[in-house]
Amino acid sequence: MSAVLDHIQAITFTASSAAVASLSHITKRYANGVLALDDLSLTLHRGEIVALLGPNGAGKSTAVKLLMGLSAPTSGTVRIFDADPRHATTRLRTGVMLQVGKAPEMLRVREHINIFRGYYPAPVPYADLVRAAGLEGIESRMFGQLSGGQKQRALFALALAGDPDLVFLDEPTVGLDIEARRGMWAEIRSLAARGKTVLLTTHYLEEADALAHRIVVINKGRVICEGTAAEVKSLGAATAGASTSRTLKIIRCVTDLPKATLLAIPGVTTTELKVGVTVISSTEPERTLRELLALDQNLHSLEVQSPALEDAFLALTSN
Amino acid sequence: MSTTAFTLPAAHSNSIARTLRIFLTEARFEFVRLLRTRAFSLAVIGFPVIFYLFFGLIMNRGEHVGSVSVAKYMLGSYAVFGMVGAALFGIGGGLASEFSTGWLELKRASPMPPLAYLVAKCCSAAAFGLVIVSILTLMAISIAHVSITLPEYAQMMALTLVGTIPFACLGMVIALLVPFNATPGVINMVYLPMSFCGGLWMPIMLLPHWLQKFALILPTYHLSQLVLGCFGYTTAGSPISHWLGLIGFTLVMLGVAAIAYRRLEQNS
Repeated sequence: MSAVLDHIQAITFTASSAAVASLSHITKRYANGVLALDDLSLTLHRGEIVALLGPNGAGKSTAVKLLMGLSAPTSGTVRIFDADPRHATTRLRTGVMLQVGKAPEMLRVREHINIFRGYYPAPVPYADLVRAAGLEGIESRMFGQLSGGQKQRALFALALAGDPDLVFLDEPTVGLDIEARRGMWAEIRSLAARGKTVLLTTHYLEEADALAHRIVVINKGRVICEGTAAEVKSLGAATAGASTSRTLKIIRCVTDLPKATLLAIPGVTTTELKVGVTVISSTEPERTLRELLALDQNLHSLEVQSPALEDAFLALTSN
Repeated sequence: MSTTAFTLPAAHSNSIARTLRIFLTEARFEFVRLLRTRAFSLAVIGFPVIFYLFFGLIMNRGEHVGSVSVAKYMLGSYAVFGMVGAALFGIGGGLASEFSTGWLELKRASPMPPLAYLVAKCCSAAAFGLVIVSILTLMAISIAHVSITLPEYAQMMALTLVGTIPFACLGMVIALLVPFNATPGVINMVYLPMSFCGGLWMPIMLLPHWLQKFALILPTYHLSQLVLGCFGYTTAGSPISHWLGLIGFTLVMLGVAAIAYRRLEQNS
């Protein structure tokens, strides 16, 4: 059901591909000589959730800072709603959630929210914001008294305060418990469903997998791959050495068969022994399994999995 | 005036009203925040009050040097001591912390006019300055029966408002140059020597001659001479020279802040 819906949404993006934000051929070199972005291009469309993935220092936050107009590129152009991101009118249409160590601690949640609502001509009604961010009951607390997860939710409310058309969320669910994380995911999805664009950076690959219509993996300042979660996974699998990667499965089992025998089985691309469990990747899992079970009558603890985004990510960003 | 208001497109005048409201809201909540931050409000109000009580009122009880009442003379210099503390700690401390935690970045990414942020910090520090100077004045009147005319009080208030600006700029420079953890220490290292050498703790004439020369580059000296001048005391140097001293100091600080800010921005 959700796969069908995702598919329908994916079609609507390509149809109405008006760019909401774009980075084109951006190079960013800091004064200390560090090359943070190297000819990076990225386009965000209306109503899509894009996850920016990459290891630490890959250039994720630099890209987000450029889009927010907090920093200027060394070369290339940044456009938001076909305007300069530094213009006040552009900022009225964007909302930002950054990883903030500390917001002013001696202001109440309610006060913080209303200060930010005041920046916009048509802010989201206060009660709606509090509900969306799950802040009921803690509105009168000082920011400094909040738990880590509550702080994240309060910052999420600030990002949504102006009913923005483009939202940047930097690691939005850090420190949230599972329930709160699911709640925030639901809010993020409903933003996209209302035609808002969301750019998400996250370390939780699970989050990118669950939320993003499109994942952009960057490393060393360049886009190394871009696509749906499924596409990124298969690309990662291809990088890992599988040829017909779409059907790649990971097989885990306990077996006494030597590595050479395993590699000779049709479909097997790699095999590895991890704490007594043999991990085999296969592009023809059914054939591999039939052969495997025939060869080792004592094989047990069998599991078959699809490759996770994490595997793809590691394969893509290693070296 | 009213005709221009009528000819403005509705959206434009709305945005002016909104901008004005943002400035007011920022200032109001910055003041509330400082007031609730006990470490700030108690120290910044408490120190000048205690110092003035000990050195201005108890130790020199009813004393006069010539025709000069010591309690009144000291009111002028401790008022400056108080307002300088509010400006340095309010702006330097607040800015350093919000800069280091990324809060300032979030504010800059929002549609808030950047000037609203600085104006709010300045106004809140000035408001604290007014509170401190008023408390000291009340102490002088009630404890030492110092006579202060309304124009004298008004001039002192006006000087508090204007005098906040150079020290706000100094606070900004410290916040931009010094790592966050070291800020309170560095502010004290600047604030206390500057107060002593500027003649805020004891009259400038009692300091060694070379220190009196050194005081010429200190904004504390110039501001305190202006306050003493409005009490009618003869001051070292003309009012114009003190105004020029304050303006010069402010410009130098603004220049340093601009360079420091640009350097930080290029590397962030």
